[in-house]
Amino acid sequence: MSVRRLDSLQPKSFKFNAENARWATAQMKKFPKGKQASTVIPLLWRAQEQHGGWLPEPAIRHIAEILDMAQIRVLEVATFYTMFNLSPVGKYFVQLCGTTPCMLRGAEEIKEVCRRVIGPQGQVTEDGVFSWLEVECLGACVNAPMVQINKDYYEDLTGEIFEQILMDLREGKEVPPGPQNGRQFSCPEGGPTTLLNGGAAKDGSPAKKPAVARRKPRAKGAGK
Amino acid sequence: MLADKDRIFRNLYGIEDWGLKEAKKRGAWDGTKTFIQNGRDWVVDEVKASGLRGRGGAGFPTGLKWSFMPKQSDGRPHYLVVNADESEPGTCKDREIMRHDPHLLIEGCLLASFAMGANTAYIYIRGEFIRERERLQAAVDEAYEAKLIGKKNIHGWPFDLYIHHGAGAYICGEETALLESLEGKKGQPRLKPPFPANAGLYGAPTTVNNVESIAVAPDILRRGATWFAALGKPNNAGTKLFCISGHVNRPCNVEEEMGISLRDLLERHAGGVRGGWDNLLAVIPGGSSVPCLPADTCGSLSMDFDSLRELKSGLGTAAVIVMDKSTDIIRAIARLSYFYKHESCGQCTPCREGTGWMWRVLERMARGEAQKREIDMLLEVTYQIEGHTICALGDAAAWPVQGLIRHFRHVIEERIDQYAANPNPDGAVREPVAAE
Repeated sequence: MSVRRLDSLQPKSFKFNAENARWATAQMKKFPKGKQASTVIPLLWRAQEQHGGWLPEPAIRHIAEILDMAQIRVLEVATFYTMFNLSPVGKYFVQLCGTTPCMLRGAEEIKEVCRRVIGPQGQVTEDGVFSWLEVECLGACVNAPMVQINKDYYEDLTGEIFEQILMDLREGKEVPPGPQNGRQFSCPEGGPTTLLNGGAAKDGSPAKKPAVARRKPRAKGAGK
Repeated sequence: MLADKDRIFRNLYGIEDWGLKEAKKRGAWDGTKTFIQNGRDWVVDEVKASGLRGRGGAGFPTGLKWSFMPKQSDGRPHYLVVNADESEPGTCKDREIMRHDPHLLIEGCLLASFAMGANTAYIYIRGEFIRERERLQAAVDEAYEAKLIGKKNIHGWPFDLYIHHGAGAYICGEETALLESLEGKKGQPRLKPPFPANAGLYGAPTTVNNVESIAVAPDILRRGATWFAALGKPNNAGTKLFCISGHVNRPCNVEEEMGISLRDLLERHAGGVRGGWDNLLAVIPGGSSVPCLPADTCGSLSMDFDSLRELKSGLGTAAVIVMDKSTDIIRAIARLSYFYKHESCGQCTPCREGTGWMWRVLERMARGEAQKREIDMLLEVTYQIEGHTICALGDAAAWPVQGLIRHFRHVIEERIDQYAANPNPDGAVREPVAAE
């Protein structure tokens, strides 16, 4: 458990924009009548997205009203689940996995880059571009070490590659997510050891196409 | 080695397209209607006969779990809830199913729901898997579009499937915490009984299954229970997705037969232990919650539920975390303790207080700043936590520490001796450690 409190600086009000309000109504239809409270997490998440990556207190009240819930119940949810950022985050919010499988493969080196390039944990850079946080297992352990930046996972990192990603993002360049070492998702590096005949071949019929990594490796230190 | 023709997840690495057309070519949605025509009991019996044990960690027989659902509805609806809150450190298999073979999961949802008399199913996916959620939703939309699912679908069993998500709480992988979360509350586990099959989601009969358990069901029905049961070992049947992480040359996910030897698994698929087999220090064979095993037990280790249990460890989610001799094992386990401290929901005192306590002691032990008698005290505390909490998170937090002390007590002792001999090697001022 960790102590999580609302930010001391809060906006005066929050309302879903028209599109999100429509979306929220549609979400409630997923659940039986009277059980609209079930949508509280998706709604809070949408509010956080609309508000630039963090969840302000008026949004909690707004959602309580929409879902006909007591405000304290929504506040409880917002403070219990760690993906709700209760204070502002950078435009690129780096969540670094530090749990043992990533730690074994060099998460500490990635953390060092965060400290050096972005600054102290939880603090937004002056230009508002970055902030970072060490989080618990993000579930991409065979592609360790990895970080999540906003919606995407960046996997198989080294300190050097990760620093380059940050530089590219700062310059507004697009960085393809996924493994950064040329690997095909969670396939062993260098090519698969199984399914060599392609997936569709049910009976060991001839290979449809060679199964090789399609993603181009990032050149080491490219752009430096 | 498992032959390619016996693999269920043929697009594990996303080399082919995930969409409906390609999924059908790989065999998905083939014969689904016949299975439904064969009736509910046939589906349950077939899954029972296959020997499939739940793939989420506990290894409870899936068919038996399905059979606990009431045969007749008493007016309350029945629900299937799929646990896609994959967050056990080391585990990343369900993610591959959802983004690369989502139709197997969707078909499984229909069949499992039919087998338990449910017309509605929810897939609860962890909040961080945003892209995976988008992919899964796209696949569900495809299935609706093609009338494979929906109120009026070609299979003749009215069925709605919804994707729901969490927001970063490991505890929501516990089935009753997941149900609480799905109801829009904090994810704090419920006392059992009543079990979800009697009173689950909204108080209605509910079964919670892991993604992999559901996704293998269609292939079991297609190829027959005997096919599945013939793979693996007795009471540990079938194929399993293994996630191999840590100090191996080529970490990867791979589908293999249950009961494959650890050494085979690592050397065939993951390029072997970094620096060779003799450089192995320990493995955590089934995700962070199971006790680690030292190298000398790993030589002929069989990767199945029963064999690992005999060694006081477990297959768990089959997430193999490999540690070579460069690993500071105390620090590695201390990091897991921090994980459990962070993820404890705070409901039960032994877990809420104990996880933090264990972590702080282990951090000291990692520096050697401890007394040898504290090792036994720490072990005693793990037994005070284990079995004294509502859910298994307390147990899961205690087991890695027990494993550490069971197999690596000498390392802790050496570290303490080293520190005692030279407490301040660089003459640095020690930082005070705040109690929390």
